[in-house]
Amino acid sequence: MFDNLADRFEEIFTRIRGKGRLSEAEVDSVLREIRVALIEADVNVGVVRSFVERVRESTVGEELRRSLSPAQHVIKAVNGELTRVLGGDHLKITYASRPPTVVLMAGLQGVGKTTAAAKLALWFRHQGRNPLLVGADLQRPAAVEQLRVLGVQAGVPVFSVDGDPVKTALSGTEEARRIGRDVVIVDTAGRLSIDQELMDEVRHISETISPNYTFLVVDAMIGQDAVNSAKVFNETLALDGIILTKLDGDARGGAALSVRHVVGKPISFVSTGEKLADFDLFYPDRMANRILGMGDVLTLIEQAERTLDKEVAEKGAKKLKGGKFDLEDFLEQMQQVKKMGPLKGVLSMLPGIPKEIRNADINEGELVKVEAIISSMTKAERANPDMIDGSRRIRIARGAGTTTNAVGTLLKQFKDMQKMMRSMGMGGPSPTKRSANRANGKKRKRR
Amino acid sequence: MMTLTVIAIVLLVLLASTIYVVARGHAKRLTSSGPSAMTRAFEEIVSREPADPGESAVEVLPAADMRRGVGRARSAFRKLFSTMLSGSAVNQRLWDDLEETLLLSDLGMELTSWVIDGAKKQVEAANSVDGTTLAEAVRQQLRSLFVDSDRDLEFSDIAPTVWLIVGVNGVGKTTSIGKLAAMAGADGKRVVLAAADTFRAAAADQLQMWAERTGADIVRSVPGADPSSVVYDSIQRAAARGYDLVIADTAGRLHTKSNLMDELRKLRRTAEREPAHLTEVLLVLDATTGQNGLIQAREFAKAAGITGLVLTKLDGSAKGGIALAAERELGVPIKLVGVGEKVTDLILFSPDEFLDALLEVEDEE
Ligand SMILES: Nc1nc2c(ncn2[C@@H]2O[C@H](COP(=O)(O)OP(=O)(O)OP(=O)(O)O)[C@@H](O)[C@H]2O)c(=O)[nH]1
Ligand SMILES: [Mg+2]
Repeated sequence: MFDNLADRFEEIFTRIRGKGRLSEAEVDSVLREIRVALIEADVNVGVVRSFVERVRESTVGEELRRSLSPAQHVIKAVNGELTRVLGGDHLKITYASRPPTVVLMAGLQGVGKTTAAAKLALWFRHQGRNPLLVGADLQRPAAVEQLRVLGVQAGVPVFSVDGDPVKTALSGTEEARRIGRDVVIVDTAGRLSIDQELMDEVRHISETISPNYTFLVVDAMIGQDAVNSAKVFNETLALDGIILTKLDGDARGGAALSVRHVVGKPISFVSTGEKLADFDLFYPDRMANRILGMGDVLTLIEQAERTLDKEVAEKGAKKLKGGKFDLEDFLEQMQQVKKMGPLKGVLSMLPGIPKEIRNADINEGELVKVEAIISSMTKAERANPDMIDGSRRIRIARGAGTTTNAVGTLLKQFKDMQKMMRSMGMGGPSPTKRSANRANGKKRKRR
Repeated sequence: MMTLTVIAIVLLVLLASTIYVVARGHAKRLTSSGPSAMTRAFEEIVSREPADPGESAVEVLPAADMRRGVGRARSAFRKLFSTMLSGSAVNQRLWDDLEETLLLSDLGMELTSWVIDGAKKQVEAANSVDGTTLAEAVRQQLRSLFVDSDRDLEFSDIAPTVWLIVGVNGVGKTTSIGKLAAMAGADGKRVVLAAADTFRAAAADQLQMWAERTGADIVRSVPGADPSSVVYDSIQRAAARGYDLVIADTAGRLHTKSNLMDELRKLRRTAEREPAHLTEVLLVLDATTGQNGLIQAREFAKAAGITGLVLTKLDGSAKGGIALAAERELGVPIKLVGVGEKVTDLILFSPDEFLDALLEVEDEE
């Protein structure tokens, strides 16, 4: 999400970054470009207007501070405004002192409420809770059936009774109390914000079960209408937060800005894929940084800590620093990296990755092939790829079920990669990393 | 703690290098010669006994009309147009309002500017400062966005005809299929639905309910089965039983997932093979969709070669301008509009009726 917006801002900023001073006309034209970038990212026209106005005001106000160049003023103002609009801290759930904690899910049709409900249930399970899913979408054909299947996948029981959604929601919360579940997640039917009858119904559900948290589920691909429907849902239900879905697409996600702006409630969770685990808390400040091209290093580090084997990672680091990174290490590290999820997702969190690579169509299947080829090599071959001659190639290709050409290509690419890493300063210890080496008590030869 | 930084550094380099290899490898296509024997895991097609399609259970009510469809969309334009037509002079304020109204209907920056520039030229040429001239110019500009094309749904002369319904998740594919089945049934066609969404939980159950509602037959398989085989089996059944039409439901997929788009290519090939006659590949677009809709349209057109657009959820407060942008860019017409969740809430699209409903000033209310 937001990648495209990030690229656009980067373009705009690059152009002005070098400038000593900006004329009023230049500021105007920059703001115009920012306006277009935001509108094309689906930020609501009205929201864009006030956004641009505020950036303009703060640029004028900041003019006196000499430590920043005019361009930096603009960048700083945009950053500040984005952070403000996206909203500061992430959601911290306060559980009801008398369980269950009741969560109500609402939204338009087709936004992904049912899936999000199941994902949220799994998330609560990972927090050590025992959720119950309640299917109160009695309108869409087979919606409850869908929830039941997802409930099995999430390892969470599902409750529903035919007939009246209000009654179902109420008996669901009673059922939770009875069987000792401490969180209840109520899935409701999709409804249009202009459908008075159905909005009354969901209000009635809310009044009946008094949820601790009410989330509006919003599709990341939504356009200008986001503000209208979000406003009505907020007036009807007093929302606590937003769950943004389908972030694994390439929508520019401006609706997130708009909705945050009009309902004044933060984005609490984001849903990023078809697997139930593709769901997490949303960290607003990190997202603002990401839009401004700094990468989401914090998220990346957290994810790394969760999934990586520290020893293997550290060994790889040492080898890299020593300039001794061979195919064996590469295989080992690749398997680690794979654990972090789809490469593309991880990649998008990295700062400073060239656009061509970031946008490359990455097929995860290629990884499997690379793995197969390296696995078919002997230890000696992995340590010293130069020894791989024609006949070894044939053997390796056969072992990996591929062609000698493919093996050759991989070897060539690995060489290129080593060169690239050397040019990135990983060929030998750099001044800043020397202390770490010394601490390890090892001396490494430069290559 | 140094480990954190070390991990971060290793990751950055490793990721960059891994990606480097993979991205490059991808460009050159490491080809695997190993035959991946695709086994059709589950062959058992579970299906209820077909209802006699002759006795359609559905009574088709008169089509919901366009005016109701664009009920909410009109109010924004109507306000603007009444200002114009009330003889107010064309000033900057009016142009700004026009721009905002167009942008708010998700028409996009580019088309909005195009409409406005065109209208400006017309107003200048007419040497007029009269709002009425502007209103007429805007209408003309909007009208010229639509392609000049037949908007009827195609049937093949030789049965069975196949229609493939595609789109991203949750846009209203399955619901639109239910409505289409009713429409075709009311026309005396014998219809079978292909439950080729074998991915989403309970998707086939959902389609089955629509089959029951509309008296259509249905072919379904087990969760996770190969969608192409479901389409194939539906075509076989249609041919064997002399049905006129196969409507294939497909799993919602984001156009960014290349493996799923490849699956769609394969589905299309299956739907084209004898004895089937694929005449429509309909892309369903949700009226609430923003600028991403244009990318969806592009990508689905690339993968499946779409023949028409279905604009759903126009009964909401969203204006669906993105469908217009998609129609214009791809040259593929909007053929149908969804205006609710009931079986009759589907209208055949006509640009003129649409504009009439959208821009008409007087109201009976
Ligand atoms: N108000 C309104 N709701 C609609 C319309 N068309 C579909 N819906 C609703 O939108 C939701 C999603 O519709 P589906 O038909 O399940 O969408 P789909 O594209 O098949 O979804 P997936 O198969 O999950 O990708 C359902 O709640 C439908 O009732 C419409 O024209 N108007
Ligand atoms: Mg469906």
